[in-house]
Amino acid sequence: MLSMTNEEVKKAAAFFTREIEKLASGRSLRLMEVCGTHTVSIFKSGIRQLLPENVELVSGPGCPVCVTPNEYLDTAIAYSRKSDVMITTFGDMLKVPGSSSTLAKEKAQGSDIRIVYSSLEALEFAAKNPDKKVIFLAVGFETTAPTAAAAILMADETHLTNFYVLSAHKLVPPALRALLASGKSHVDGFLLPGHVSAIIGLQPYDFLSKEYHIPGVVAGFEPLDILQAVYMLLLQIHDQTARLENQYSRIVPKEGNPSACRILSQVYQQSDAVWRGLGKIPNSGMSIREKYQAFDALLNIPIIVEETKEASQCQCGKVLRGLLQPSNCLLFGKACRPEHPIGSCMVSVEGTCAAWYKYGAGRWQV
Amino acid sequence: MSNECVQLAHGSGGKLSHDLIKDVMWPAFANEILGEMNDGAQLHISGCRLAFSTDSYVVKPLFFPGGDIGKLAVCGTVNDVAMNGALPLYLSAGFVLEEGFPIADLQRIVASMQQAAKEAGVHIVTGDTKVVEKGAVDGIYINTAGIGKIMDGIHISGKNALPGQNIILSGYLGEHSLAVMGERHGLQFPQSVRSDCAPLNGLVEAMLTAVPKVAVLRDPTRGGLATTLNEIALQSGVGIMLEETHIPISSAVQAACDILGFDPLYLANEGKMVVFVEPESTNQVLDIMQQHVYGSEARVIGTVVKEPRGQVGLRTRIGGVRLLDMLVGDQLPRIC
Repeated sequence: MLSMTNEEVKKAAAFFTREIEKLASGRSLRLMEVCGTHTVSIFKSGIRQLLPENVELVSGPGCPVCVTPNEYLDTAIAYSRKSDVMITTFGDMLKVPGSSSTLAKEKAQGSDIRIVYSSLEALEFAAKNPDKKVIFLAVGFETTAPTAAAAILMADETHLTNFYVLSAHKLVPPALRALLASGKSHVDGFLLPGHVSAIIGLQPYDFLSKEYHIPGVVAGFEPLDILQAVYMLLLQIHDQTARLENQYSRIVPKEGNPSACRILSQVYQQSDAVWRGLGKIPNSGMSIREKYQAFDALLNIPIIVEETKEASQCQCGKVLRGLLQPSNCLLFGKACRPEHPIGSCMVSVEGTCAAWYKYGAGRWQV
Repeated sequence: MSNECVQLAHGSGGKLSHDLIKDVMWPAFANEILGEMNDGAQLHISGCRLAFSTDSYVVKPLFFPGGDIGKLAVCGTVNDVAMNGALPLYLSAGFVLEEGFPIADLQRIVASMQQAAKEAGVHIVTGDTKVVEKGAVDGIYINTAGIGKIMDGIHISGKNALPGQNIILSGYLGEHSLAVMGERHGLQFPQSVRSDCAPLNGLVEAMLTAVPKVAVLRDPTRGGLATTLNEIALQSGVGIMLEETHIPISSAVQAACDILGFDPLYLANEGKMVVFVEPESTNQVLDIMQQHVYGSEARVIGTVVKEPRGQVGLRTRIGGVRLLDMLVGDQLPRIC
C-alpha cells in the first residue's frame, strides 16, 4: 500500500467508504478495534469522519499501559523509592498515575528511573551498574513479551545477578473472551490486532466466530488497511456469517511466529492477571517460570506497597470495555487532560481518551 | 502549580512548557515586548529596530550525525533572530562546564561554533565561562544570545497570519530529533538521518529582500511543526488547514517514526522554517527558497483559514480531516 500514489489511496478510500455506507445502510453497528495502535491510526487518519454515523468504532482493552492496574504502578513506584534500585521502563509508563504518585514525579524527586527503548537496553544498564538492582517494567501484550523473555534468557546466559523483571505482560485473547462472557459489551465485529497476531497467529481467535458468532478481521495499521478491514467485517455482517479473516496477511502468517512463541513459553507460564477495568481474568497474564525466578523482582526484592486507591469518578474501566465513549465521561477534557491525566486512558499515547482529545473528535469543523 | 516539581516534560516546548511560562515566568516579567511572543524580542532603540534572542543548549549526546552542541548553539540563536526578519550580527556565548570535562572536546565544540558563526556571518563578541563541581551539570551547557538589525520595511510577527495566506515549509521534517535520539540510544537509523542544523539567515535575507511582504516566519524547533503552527494560530486568532500529502517527510524518518510510535509533525528541527505569505507572492517566495541550499525542498503545505480560530487541522492522505494539537510533554516511544 505504501507504493500506491496519493491519488490511488484516495480512490481506494473512497471506494471502501462508499461500500461501507451501502452495506451498513439501515442498521446500527458497533465495531471494536482491540489494539491501541489501531485507535491512534483511526484518529490520525480521520477515519471516524469518513465512516457513516451508524457505524460506530469503539476501543477495546488493547492499550497495554491503559489496562495495567494501579497496583502495578504502586509497586513500581515503591521500588523506585529504594536507593539501591534503578527502574528501567518504556516512556509511556512515566506519566500513568498510581494511587498517589507517578514515576515521572518520583524521577523529578530523585528516583533513578531510566527510559529505555528495548528490554535489551535495560540489560545494558544492569551490566554497567553492578551496584544497582535494575528492574525492567515489563508491560505489554504478546508483541513485546518475547523481547522481555529474551532479555531474561540473555541475563541468565551472561550470569547477570542484578537484572529483574516486574512482569505485567498480558494476553489478548483471554481478555476478549472475558469481555464477551460478561455480556455487557455489545460488539458486532472485531478489528483484531495486527502486531499481536503476527506472534500468535489466527487460531487463538477461533472462539469469536465459533462460540460467539462474531466476525473478526486481523487488520494492519495503514489507514487503508483499517478501512478495508471494516469493509470485510461489514460484508460478513451483511451476509449474516461469522468468520475469522486476515486482512494483514502480508505480515501475519496463519501460524504466527513459532520461535517467538517458543521463547515465550520457555520463560513464562500463563497465570491469572488483573486488568484495569476488567478485573481478574483467568490465564490472561504471564508469570516467570520457576527456572528463571532469580529474575523475578517481586520474588527477590522485598517491598512494601501502599494501599491501592482508584481515582474517584475515573471511568477508564468502562472506556476499556467499550461501554463508554470518552466524550461521555464527566472528567474528559475538563479535570482529565493529557497534561493533567486522571486515568490511564488519557496518559498513554495509545489510550482511547488521549486519542479523542489529541485528534479533536468533534472539535474540528470541516 | 506551586506545589509541583519541575518535570522533564516542562522543557519539551509543548503545552507544559507553555503552562510553566504562563504561570511562573510571565507574572514576574510581563511587559509589552515579551507579550509579542515571537522567537525573539523586537526592540526600537534610537530609531533603530533590533531583534534580540537567547537560548540555552543542553543536548545529549554532545556530538551527533550532522552537528554538535556548538553548531546548535550558534545556529539556534541565529535562526531565532532571523525569524524576526532581522540580519543577525553579534552573539554572546556562555559556557557552564563540568569539572573533568575534556579540553579536547571543548576545543572541538568551540571550533564548530566558530565554523557555524562564519557561515552565518556573525561574530561571537562576548562570553562567560563557569566551571561547576562534577555532577552539577552533564558535561557542558551553552547559552547563546544574539542581536540583529531588522531589515527596513519588514514587519514579521506570529500575529500577522490572515485567512487566505499560504504556508510554506522549507524542507523535510524530523531529521534533527531522530539523529540525536538515534545517537543517544544506539538506534540504527539509515545514514541519511542526520541533523538538519543550519543557519537560515541567508535564506531569510534573500527571501525578504525580494518579497518584503512576508507575514510570519518561524522555525519549528522543540514541539515540531504541529506545535509551532498551533502557537501561530493562537497568536493570530486564525485557523490553519494543512494537507498531509504536501508535508515533506523522508522515508527514513517516516520508517523510524513508525517503529518508535512517533509523529514526525512533533519532532524538533534545527534548520527548517515556515513562511506565511499572501497568495500573489507565494510562487516568487517558493522560487527563491528552492534556489537556496537550505530551502531546496520548500513547498506549500497548507493555508490560513478563518475558522475554527486557534486550531490547526490536517487533511489526511485518505481524505479525512483531524485536529493537529500542540505537543503535550515529550513524545515517548510506544510499547505496542
